[in-house]
Amino acid sequence: MALRTKSHEMGMHTEQLAGRTQQRFFSPEESDNFTYADSFDVDFNKRAELDAGPLSSKEVNLKLRELLSKGYGTVVMKNPGAKHAIAVGILNRLNLHIEGSLGYFGCGLIDGPNIRIKGRVGWSCAENMMAGTVVIEKNAGSTFGAAIRGGDLVCMGDVGARMGIDMKGGTILVGGRAGAFCGFMMQRGRMVILGDAGKNLGDSMYDGTIYVGGKIDGLGVDAVPGEMTQLDIDWLNRKLKQYGLKAPKGVENMQKIVAGRQLWNYDNLEPAEKKIVL
Amino acid sequence: MAKKPSKPSKSAKVVSFASNAKAAAKSAKPGKADIDKFLKSSGLDSKREKEIGQHIGYRYDVNLVPDYSRITPFLKKYMEVMGWDDLNWLEDVHLGYEEGRAAVFDRNVNGWVTVPPGIKLPDNQQDRDMLARELLIKFQMSRKHPMVDLNRAYRKF
Repeated sequence: MALRTKSHEMGMHTEQLAGRTQQRFFSPEESDNFTYADSFDVDFNKRAELDAGPLSSKEVNLKLRELLSKGYGTVVMKNPGAKHAIAVGILNRLNLHIEGSLGYFGCGLIDGPNIRIKGRVGWSCAENMMAGTVVIEKNAGSTFGAAIRGGDLVCMGDVGARMGIDMKGGTILVGGRAGAFCGFMMQRGRMVILGDAGKNLGDSMYDGTIYVGGKIDGLGVDAVPGEMTQLDIDWLNRKLKQYGLKAPKGVENMQKIVAGRQLWNYDNLEPAEKKIVL
Repeated sequence: MAKKPSKPSKSAKVVSFASNAKAAAKSAKPGKADIDKFLKSSGLDSKREKEIGQHIGYRYDVNLVPDYSRITPFLKKYMEVMGWDDLNWLEDVHLGYEEGRAAVFDRNVNGWVTVPPGIKLPDNQQDRDMLARELLIKFQMSRKHPMVDLNRAYRKF
């Protein structure tokens, strides 16, 4: 209620909204700000340690926020104990090293931090990630990077099913194998699987690109092979090198999967055509 | 006795649809298109697009990966500040078009930010994308960004 009163006082409910285009706020001569207006000013050389063992998930997240407000730019988290939903909602520059494994929904809703996890992660790691890097040194569970919108999400090991479901941007890199239905309803972004991919890869994908280094168990609806370009090869080489990964048969021999774009006009198709697409 | 010409069967439709799918897959390949298409015209090509008066799909190649040889000094500095080795989330930012004007999509406000008219657009998509990335950072990190007021009004802690 207090929030609603505050927003009314600020005149947010009287503003005339016309169209979706915004231009009145923008000036190219703005001073060079590289971080969000309300983010904490942190120093990567200022380091702190956090023992998550005796704390609840909420307490861990609040403690992280407190360290950010004090200017710590590098935090080492010990004993995460596979707790759920930790290191979430970080909208700041930060180097976070997690020495252990995470439970469900770890590192979700982040925008900017660089996170390295020494252990494994449960379901929906980095769900709705906006920017930054998350590197997992072991395996990841299902719906890895669900609805990711930006940034680099890397799993050195294997991942479960439905990786990158509904992804709207960003890059997901997998060093090992991936389960079924990866890239389901993918809208944009890039997914790189260096090992084998499970059934129905890229099912109902609208756009985006999937690169696979191993065997594909089966493509989903409207996922079709694409043509690898030199720009793709250069990009893959650079990205894999960045995270110390290697395509087993070489980047040139990877398969590229793109959207066949038949579902774009699904409502316009005849019933017989719909049957073929599905 | 000559056979009567038969009506096109369902299987005939299947064949024509399959060739459509091939054509669609071909059109998904990178090719040379008019870079100013959406600035010079409405860009409504197909019958369906004309019917609904709206363009179907993105108005730029969302799968185009950045050419790092064209990166600007401002973007290099941004990467350095954030501690990233590459453009990270900006790899997905491209120069698009809204209502016949060059614009960049700001996901934080879920709207298009038009490029100021005084800025001359480069003649290739890679350089246009770099320009869009730079403008978007300047817009998003500005103290005048609409999210600043929203944050102040609705933040919980």
